[in-house]
Amino acid sequence: MTEFPTPPTDVPAIEVVDLYKRFGELEVLKGVSLTVKAGQVVCVIGPSGSGKSTLLRCVNRLEEPTAGQLRVEGIDILDPEIDVDKVRTRIGMVFQQFNLFPHLSVLRNLTLAQRRVLGRGKEEAAEVARQNLERVGLLDKADAYPAHLSGGQQQRAAIARSLSMNPDMMLFDEPTSALDPELVGDVLDVMRNLAGSGMTMMVVTHEMGFAREVGDDLVFMDDGMIVEEGNPRDVLANPRHTRTQSFLSKVL
Amino acid sequence: MRRTTRRRLRRGILYAIFVAFVALVALAADWGRLRQQFLQIDIAREQFPEIITIAAKNTLLFTVVAFIGGLILGIVLALMKLSTIGPYRWLATGYIELFRGLPALLTIFAMAYVLPIALEIRVPFGQVGAGLVGLILVAGAYMAETIRAGIQGVPKGQAEAARSLGMSPSWTMVSVILPQAFRIIVPPLTNEFVLLIKDTSLLFIAGSTIQTKELTTFTRDAQSVYFNGTPLLMAAMLYLFITIPLTRLVAVLERRMARSR
Ligand SMILES: Nc1ncnc2c1ncn2[C@@H]1O[C@H](COP(=O)(O)OP(=O)(O)OP(=O)(O)O)[C@@H](O)[C@H]1O
Ligand SMILES: [Mg+2]
Repeated sequence: MTEFPTPPTDVPAIEVVDLYKRFGELEVLKGVSLTVKAGQVVCVIGPSGSGKSTLLRCVNRLEEPTAGQLRVEGIDILDPEIDVDKVRTRIGMVFQQFNLFPHLSVLRNLTLAQRRVLGRGKEEAAEVARQNLERVGLLDKADAYPAHLSGGQQQRAAIARSLSMNPDMMLFDEPTSALDPELVGDVLDVMRNLAGSGMTMMVVTHEMGFAREVGDDLVFMDDGMIVEEGNPRDVLANPRHTRTQSFLSKVL
Repeated sequence: MRRTTRRRLRRGILYAIFVAFVALVALAADWGRLRQQFLQIDIAREQFPEIITIAAKNTLLFTVVAFIGGLILGIVLALMKLSTIGPYRWLATGYIELFRGLPALLTIFAMAYVLPIALEIRVPFGQVGAGLVGLILVAGAYMAETIRAGIQGVPKGQAEAARSLGMSPSWTMVSVILPQAFRIIVPPLTNEFVLLIKDTSLLFIAGSTIQTKELTTFTRDAQSVYFNGTPLLMAAMLYLFITIPLTRLVAVLERRMARSR
């Protein structure tokens, strides 16, 4: 299993400072501040519509924040001069709906951006792809098309696709929410291994077990704000805020 | 029991009406004159081989040229229409409205006669070539809307995944969005091809030389030489020979698309 080169640990991997995001009239993020240290796994929970996805999508600028600061490995990524594509190669993103490219085989899914963006040669890209497929237990599916994979396999292939870019950190937006219950375990196993190998991760999830076991930090969001943050065990066992208590009483 | 009898009776009556109608048409038609006008074997024989080697060949050639030209133009227009830059969008919208709003015949006529004079340019195939430019302009306008719908039919998550991997907007379009869009629009584009086969007949308005006649021009000229409709019937058969298999193909493709959803 490959270890990820961790950048200097004194620079936070992700630094969100007083972030605001508004869709027209709707204020979705109302001053969110959050730090993810290198090698840390931060889980984000909260009710539907609280802005979890929006926060995550701001971090790789799939959404443009309205105001605030966003630094990735110390670099201000809201700087208009910055090359967004370059920043994004260092941030892996895993979606609830997998979003594999259906017209390409699994292997081509994994090699496309390596070749187009990183300029890797065909052989090198395929080799990296195969390493990562092995890592998620899908080496035998390299030539299959996404439509022929189960949801859990698709999501693991999507994770392998992100890993093939050798990112410094990974963002997960409810990676198991679209899966049949019996397929959730395999995906969580892959994520657990990834965390164990030192990958920096920000995970929006409803899997409280995963958050408790793997997370270094748990963030509870409600109504566009971070209501409570702390050690996952503490927050889950003894939520201090009433909104956290009522949310957890519904989901646990 | 009575219900089935009644249904049988009803079907019987409908069949009877159909048979009566066909019989009436068959009796009313003057078969001798029809044969005289449309089925003169020796006239038919004289159309060969030019009706194939020149006319049918040109019809197919012009169709393919108009299709490819229209496709390229259509892609450009569709991308312009989806652009975030206002003037591009307006230009594309204006273009599409204009050429879909005008009769194709008028556009072809204008291109064949006005354009060569106005710009003093020479196009391959002479005047027919200039008329073909008109057909491309019209085809591009129609295809642009089809292609735009196809691009928008690709789920948003596809572009988001590609961009998240660091791919540029243009690479995302070329290697992720367009291939999927084309899969969606193969049936409507094949349909467009069938329409274009028939629309090449409009090129008769652009004067042609012997070598540049397509099927309709060729057989219309032959008809006026012999004062006989046999060549027209042959043209009709040749058009159907090409278009019917293609329309069947569209139906198969559409059914397959529906199943793969
Ligand atoms: N592109 C958009 N345009 C307008 N409103 C949006 C857009 N994206 C999200 N929203 C709104 O922003 C709010 C927060 O959405 P977000 O997806 O961040 O919530 P979430 O916490 O991820 O919820 P869920 O658990 O349902 O995924 C919602 O009210 C949503 O309707
Ligand atoms: Mg969400």
